[in-house]
Amino acid sequence: MKQIRVLQLYPRDMNIYGDYGNTLVLQRRLQWYGYEPVMLSYNPGEEFPTDPDILIGGGGQDSGQDRIQADLLGIGERLHALAEQQVPMLMICGLYQLFGHFFETRAGRRIQGIGILDVETYGTDKRLIGNVVAESDEFGTVIGYENHSGQTYLGDDAAPLAAVTTGEGNNQRDAHEGARQHNVLGSYLHGSLLPKNPAIADFLISTAVQQKFGEQLGELASPASSPLPLQALTERARQTASSRPR
Amino acid sequence: MAVIRPRLPRPASILVGKAARAVTKLRGGSGSAFPGLVVERLDPGFLASVLSQLPRGVVVVSGTNGKTTTTKMVVELLRGQGLKVFTNRSGSNFTRGVVASVLGEITPRGRLEADIAVLELDEAHAVHFVRAVAPRYSLLLNVMRDQLDRFGEIDTTAGMLRTIAEHTTHGVVLNREDARVARIAESLQDQEIRYFGLAPELRKHFPSDDDLHASNATLAPAELPEAEVTLTALGTQQGTFRLGTGENAEEISTELTVNGAYNTYNAAAALALVRQVLGGAIDHQALLRSLKEAAPAFGRGESLTVGGAPLDLVLVKNPAGFRLGLSSFSAEGVATMIAINDNYADGRDMSWLWDVSFESLAAQGVEMVSGVRAYDMALRLHYDGVPVRGVEPELVVALDEFLSRHPRTPRRIFCTYTAMLALRKHLGSYTEVEAFN
Ligand SMILES: [Zn+2]
Repeated sequence: MKQIRVLQLYPRDMNIYGDYGNTLVLQRRLQWYGYEPVMLSYNPGEEFPTDPDILIGGGGQDSGQDRIQADLLGIGERLHALAEQQVPMLMICGLYQLFGHFFETRAGRRIQGIGILDVETYGTDKRLIGNVVAESDEFGTVIGYENHSGQTYLGDDAAPLAAVTTGEGNNQRDAHEGARQHNVLGSYLHGSLLPKNPAIADFLISTAVQQKFGEQLGELASPASSPLPLQALTERARQTASSRPR
Repeated sequence: MAVIRPRLPRPASILVGKAARAVTKLRGGSGSAFPGLVVERLDPGFLASVLSQLPRGVVVVSGTNGKTTTTKMVVELLRGQGLKVFTNRSGSNFTRGVVASVLGEITPRGRLEADIAVLELDEAHAVHFVRAVAPRYSLLLNVMRDQLDRFGEIDTTAGMLRTIAEHTTHGVVLNREDARVARIAESLQDQEIRYFGLAPELRKHFPSDDDLHASNATLAPAELPEAEVTLTALGTQQGTFRLGTGENAEEISTELTVNGAYNTYNAAAALALVRQVLGGAIDHQALLRSLKEAAPAFGRGESLTVGGAPLDLVLVKNPAGFRLGLSSFSAEGVATMIAINDNYADGRDMSWLWDVSFESLAAQGVEMVSGVRAYDMALRLHYDGVPVRGVEPELVVALDEFLSRHPRTPRRIFCTYTAMLALRKHLGSYTEVEAFN
């Protein structure tokens, strides 16, 4: 069976508020599309896996972020090369911030990022917490839950992932949520993001499949395990989530 | 640290508070927050002055999971030793709730007839409380992802527990197995520190949030301090505890009324605190008796009989609690329902459902999924390959259907806090409901 290699960055330190759900959704949907998912992980000091087809990463406590930062700078060049090769990636919250140029703390200390995304982040003493609904031309309505005190601003080379209609997203000033550059997506949305936004999951999968095998995604064959098929369940979950208070 | 000077409360504030409490009761209210608010406004030093009269002072229990049941066990263990114990039994774990409880039991002259107060405090409110009333002892259970959408970060919650410990005057009991709680010891100087803990072979039954995807927060076994009370074996409604350290340690095995691994570990916590509070003067027989009889607190999960067949309600409010609920009770031969709400008291963030593995339910399947976030839950189960037989967001409709489809099998409902309240209320309309324990 055709293999797709999914690499999760720093699952030990950067994996919070259900970010694991993103990994699970990629694994299952790859199976349901008829591919064999090979699930890989990379933690500080380990050997970096060869030829990943999709990269994902999550958020963490401040302490987790401190633990991985130096290591991330060490593999920065490799990640840049993968991004240039158009490898699809999804980075949530903490790793989204560190995929940008820097995170400047409240005290003015700059934590260097790897600059794959043209964004910069500033620590604040206000935590942005709650349900988020945002609109994207490419992915439709994007739904999730944000929980961050760093506020992120996009430079000229990064496009916003979506425009916020409920919640704050990147920051309190503009309506942007997340960022996109090459096939690298950054977002503040936990929830998990991918279960309720299969359009984004399928973007990552179809891009990887296209690049590796030069083929289009076929039909999704998800086993029937409840009175409603997967698509209907997802749609109802999305409707509920977008109607809930912040 | 501020020194709290004993001072008798102004009689007027007591009378006004009592009146407010009576009025609230008449209007059918719970009699908790409103009178407390009135007295707090009138007399901000009220609590400090009443509680500081108690000969054995104030003991505080805090942490994310299990504080209601643990508080109740501490109270019963101390009562078993003949102490008169005041506690905030209304379940309203806020300063105002404590004020309201005090008002219910105080004499018109402002005296509280008790030897000691044992109070359950919510992390966030405990910080305000301990600044007004310094506890003599505190017991800190755990920090788990729960109300993170309110407090922000798990490390912030740990900081709240640290504040409680720093304001404690005599002794602090810490959970050795929770690295964030155990580390609080580093910032304490004057307090006597004791630990409760688990024997190494039991640790796998108590996964922490950090253990989910390989651990980073647990200390290496060699670095662990000795525990005053260690849970060494776990059976069905049975536990073995090692009391004391080194040569003086002794092991006791006892049946328990509480069930589940989690509550048994809470019993170890309660024992450690009671041993510290009482020092050497313990009636051992009485302690064992109270331990055996202590029941879980109301509302934290309970066993009912509905229509002649058992129905268990299991409260789940965070990933660690849900994982424990799933691993403590076998799914075999049981009809399972899951009810997930996302109201303020439950926490709005549904992310945590993705940090629980539901694969243990795959063989039996789930008969009914309900609550505001029923479809989120059903979606979660779908990705874990768990068959779901019904999805109905309306709790009342779902419960009726679930019970009528499974009239004779044992049934178990995993539910969030507000879902549990709604289900309990509706269960009241069934004639043959019997609660035990
Ligand atoms: Zn986050």
